[in-house]
Amino acid sequence: MKRSTNVFLNAPYAVWSAIFVVVPLLIVVVYAFTDAEGSFSTDSIVALWEYRDNFQKSILYSLVATVITLIIAYPFAYALSKTSEKTQRIQMMLVMLPMWMNLLIRTYSWMNILDHNGILNQLLTTVNLRPASFLGAAAAGDLLPSMPLALKPATFLGTPGAVIFGMVYNYLPYMILPIYTVMAKMDGSLVEAARDLGCNGFNVWRRLILPLSMPGVISGITMVFVPSVSTFYISQKLGNGKIMLIGDTIERQMQTLNNYNLGAALSLVLMVMILVSMFIMNRFADSSGEGGIVV
Amino acid sequence: MKTFNRTVMAVVYVFLYAPLLLMVFFSFNSAKSTSVFEGFSLKWYGELFSSSDTLEALRNTLILAVTSAAIATVLGTLAALGIYRVRSKFFKQTMLTVTNVPMMNPDIVTGVSLMLLFVFAGRLLGASEYLNFWTLLIAHVTFNLPYVILNVLPKLNQTDKSLFEAAQDLGAPPLKAFFLVVVPQIIPGIISGAIMAFTLSLDDFVISYYTSSGFQTLPLKIYSMTKKIVKPDMYALSSIMFVAVLALLLISNIFQMRTERKQAGPKKG
Repeated sequence: MKRSTNVFLNAPYAVWSAIFVVVPLLIVVVYAFTDAEGSFSTDSIVALWEYRDNFQKSILYSLVATVITLIIAYPFAYALSKTSEKTQRIQMMLVMLPMWMNLLIRTYSWMNILDHNGILNQLLTTVNLRPASFLGAAAAGDLLPSMPLALKPATFLGTPGAVIFGMVYNYLPYMILPIYTVMAKMDGSLVEAARDLGCNGFNVWRRLILPLSMPGVISGITMVFVPSVSTFYISQKLGNGKIMLIGDTIERQMQTLNNYNLGAALSLVLMVMILVSMFIMNRFADSSGEGGIVV
Repeated sequence: MKTFNRTVMAVVYVFLYAPLLLMVFFSFNSAKSTSVFEGFSLKWYGELFSSSDTLEALRNTLILAVTSAAIATVLGTLAALGIYRVRSKFFKQTMLTVTNVPMMNPDIVTGVSLMLLFVFAGRLLGASEYLNFWTLLIAHVTFNLPYVILNVLPKLNQTDKSLFEAAQDLGAPPLKAFFLVVVPQIIPGIISGAIMAFTLSLDDFVISYYTSSGFQTLPLKIYSMTKKIVKPDMYALSSIMFVAVLALLLISNIFQMRTERKQAGPKKG
């Protein structure tokens, strides 16, 4: 009787996840190692080498974006955890509200702001400021050679800076949330105890607050890095079609060129890469977690 | 220190809200542009409500979100119960690992893997079209399930097993005992799982993009709109959604505060 209830409860989900979670991943592997006719081939895997640039760019940009979000989110979460309970509640709502708007709309809105005739350039014109480029951007002069430099609008779109900016903007709440959660739970008397025992400000942070907030930082890093490294919409819009990240190449193979085998090979590498980095991160998190307890 | 904290926070909020406020602002533009403001007008709101396309996409999104969340909630709650009750440690661990896969994988990989499954199955069956409403529904249920399970499972772990046994000792049949004793204890987990599934489904673009054709949801519609120059009617739609979300969050917060006050009240008295 009891056994049959267990089977009844487990069977539907076990079957569902076998068909729609496990089998699809196996099919990705199969497609990656076959050609369009379905016979074994390593062509797609060999072709991956041509996309090393896209992989490099994806990893580099999303690492930079992750570091920037961490630098912004950490002090923000700390400051927030020090305010009154009512302020914390309202501010958490304010941080989460933009996440409820679709990513496409938010990114498109930035595209409008950063555009050649966009609001930012209009503003810069009124205050008579002209940054020639944005984080290593090509000078706008190349596009409008006949205009005197002082009248040329700055180019933001299509630069690595704009893509990284888009990642930081869209995923910043994912970094703030977990860090704030651990900071809010932190026992304030620990800090007092550390101070009583003669610890100075920096050491309180390094030996107490940092190790205790590490779990939040780790999950924040994963929550920002994974969607950043696999994005294609942000790079499509803010990269102005000039910057192809790994997500863009997958999207192109799957939706435009219908080369499912290469698309599968690219996805496979992306997946393995993320699983490996998560595995490393979790080991790191475990050891630092222990360190946090032995203050 | 305090001024520093305040400055950090102010800068972050300006950053987070600048594009959203501009979006609301330009939805009232009388011109067709989303970057040059010419004058105040409500015409894009009027256009929005007269365009059947957008309204249909909105309806589609809601149908999909409600059905996928409902299926995921039922299946997920059953699965959580199963995982909670099963004795075999190996089986339990396997199920939990499989549950984590769609959450850890980037959306694009989940989308591509499901698309390939549907393409593969379609070829086997000799179908000319692989993707339709049902493939989209399957995809949404699949990515919603882990969130329901991981919301219900902790609640189950908190329940007292002996209560369920006591109810049966007192003569309640197992199913009745389950609905009268276990369900009230895990219902907060079920509800938060269902809400999460619903909102994730509403907002999903990437997985839908790979698993749907023909059935257009709002995010898919927005995507095809942003391929061209966007008119302010999309901004009008987004502004309405923004206000709706803001209102919902405010209401739920006020409710939460009230219940907390009520719970705190008797203890003090």
